Amino acid sequence: MTVESTAARKPRRGGGTKRASARKAPARKSGEPELVQLLTPEGERVPHAEYDAYVDGITPEELRGLYRDMVLTRRFDAEATALQRQGELGLWASLLGQEAAQIGSGRATREDDYVFPTYREHGVAWCRGVDPTNLLGMFRGVNNGGWDPNGNNFHLYTIVIGSQTLHATGYAMGVAKDGADSAVIAYFGDGASSQGDVNESFTFAAVYNAPVVFFCQNNQWAISEPTEKQTRVPLYQRAQGFGFPGVRVDGNDVLACLAVTKWALERARRGEGPTLVEAFTYRMGAHTTSDDPSKYRADEERVAWEAKDPILRLRTHLTAAGHADEAFFAELETESEALGRRVREVVRAMPDPDRFAIFENAYADGHALVDEERAQFAAYQASFVDEGEGE
Amino acid sequence: MAAEKMALAKAINESLRKALETDPKVLIMGEDVGKLGGVFRVTDGLQKDFGEDRVIDTPLAESGIVGTAIGLALRGYRPVVEIQFDGFVFPAYDQIVTQLAKMHARSLGKIKLPVVVRIPYGGGIGAVEHHSESPEALFAHVAGLKVVSPSNASDAYWMMQQAIQSDDPVIFFEPKRRYWDKGEVSTEAIPDPLHGARVVREGTDLTLVAYGPMVKVCLEAAAAAQEEGRSLEVVDLRSMSPIDFDTVQSSVERTRRLVVVHEAPVFLGTGAEIAARITERCFYHLEAPVLRVGGYHAPYPPARLEEEYLPGLDRVLDAVDRSLAY
Repeated sequence: MTVESTAARKPRRGGGTKRASARKAPARKSGEPELVQLLTPEGERVPHAEYDAYVDGITPEELRGLYRDMVLTRRFDAEATALQRQGELGLWASLLGQEAAQIGSGRATREDDYVFPTYREHGVAWCRGVDPTNLLGMFRGVNNGGWDPNGNNFHLYTIVIGSQTLHATGYAMGVAKDGADSAVIAYFGDGASSQGDVNESFTFAAVYNAPVVFFCQNNQWAISEPTEKQTRVPLYQRAQGFGFPGVRVDGNDVLACLAVTKWALERARRGEGPTLVEAFTYRMGAHTTSDDPSKYRADEERVAWEAKDPILRLRTHLTAAGHADEAFFAELETESEALGRRVREVVRAMPDPDRFAIFENAYADGHALVDEERAQFAAYQASFVDEGEGE
Repeated sequence: MAAEKMALAKAINESLRKALETDPKVLIMGEDVGKLGGVFRVTDGLQKDFGEDRVIDTPLAESGIVGTAIGLALRGYRPVVEIQFDGFVFPAYDQIVTQLAKMHARSLGKIKLPVVVRIPYGGGIGAVEHHSESPEALFAHVAGLKVVSPSNASDAYWMMQQAIQSDDPVIFFEPKRRYWDKGEVSTEAIPDPLHGARVVREGTDLTLVAYGPMVKVCLEAAAAAQEEGRSLEVVDLRSMSPIDFDTVQSSVERTRRLVVVHEAPVFLGTGAEIAARITERCFYHLEAPVLRVGGYHAPYPPARLEEEYLPGLDRVLDAVDRSLAY
């Protein structure tokens, strides 16, 4: 499937950017956290002094593109959950509820930027042009990462919580050494914010002024632990102690996520160093298909967040502004079902790897022990064939 | 003049200098490696000559050092990172085991991580806690890593060159108590393969296998045994992953007896693996069980007791006696 790009994928390099470049990080008030919002839950576009500049020129077509991205990502996600229930996948980590945070930030990236995801960034992968079926190999158990990271500048999913933030920082240090004007974005969650690696990555990024954006999706839950178990201050405020700006954005507002991430990426490109973006959102589903949220959280909470649904609010906005008609939504519904069907077919046809894949790529330059054990394994396998033939 | 006598630490310094000169992608990273030149002065003068952009003083965060080195390698750099002391590597152990070792396989071969992790290791220098350990088995056990240790200046020079050129991550254990031992280094020699063992003294009655700081002890033991009329062969293993079992096997098939010596605790150590493999490979050649001499299953002791803990000449010869008594 071709992923149609919105213009957001290639940010304007003209006046808007220049104008914005003069801007400083918004002043942080102590006390009540400020939430950057451009689109209310009711779908109303509200002005913002700092961030409007980053989405001012957005066209109706681009808005429809963001909507389409979110709908297709959610459809893909639902299909993956269903495939897990049908036994086709061993596990699935759903992004349900986090579409705006991922599509907004993902569409803010430029082609030459580099993305370091966790294991839940299916929407970002979509924006980067990674075929969604490639994400499913690791959840089916046929590989541990089924795409070429350099193909779309989208690194492999990292399962160990927070490790990738250091890789992103090191990569960004390399970008700076190369004198390139691209940027790096590292995804992580509220749980990961407690990890030493995340805090070390903040330190390194600050000290070396690395062009990296730390994009934290605070979805309120680290499996069963609420954010209060990770922090006593709003997460975005942590940045201040490391010496760079932090911003909290409405993570269910795709426009705000797009604008704030563009701002942060452009800061990085201009050599102004790292930024922490906390996208305040909600994990609508379970942590993974193995999890049971009814054990630890009240359903009322989920219901309350449903009213802030990222897709619904953009649909309301598109309709009210006359940017999309019923034909658009109907056509998208058809496309969405086709995507679901394709994902289903590809996954069901995904073959198990050859048994000798165990030994492949353990080392780049080879290793005597691996060679020896591969030969032993082959002889062992061959012994079965011989028995069969002898009968 | 391509051959010169120099200390082991200086040989590593020269090797790093050569790498920095020949490959603009090579970086040096670590705590105090810049202006100070490292606490052992192994990187002395490199920042002055190659700049802060390539010889990088890092924050005091080992996981951060290795994690950012991985990121730099993903960007095309070849970082050589220094962990200041053996006992300080563990904050980075997660990055080394879950990321550095596995990313090549995870990417189905698309990513290569040519990162060298230098670790001064071993005891014998009267240090405080966490400054005298030998954790090599903890790394050799991990698929995806290569683990080596030079015993002399020439190997230190060449093995560092080869480690930096390797497309696999290499954990490079430097025998810190041998840093000041001098040896001839020829910078124009054709080096042995990085992962090949080497017979450093020929003998007929028993094989001693050692690496890093214990090679010298074993050579001294062999010289002492010679005076008693016993001919000991000494094999410098050089690489703990992969291990060159062929060289050990061919030695044992001649001498029929094997004693493995290392500073690390013997329990589940390199010696245990060698004993198992050699027993499998040449059971009928052995006149005695393979014996091991090494550290005890106890935390590394305070400095005043380390001579009791570390294998010395007498403990090696005691094992030799026990083997020959079979």
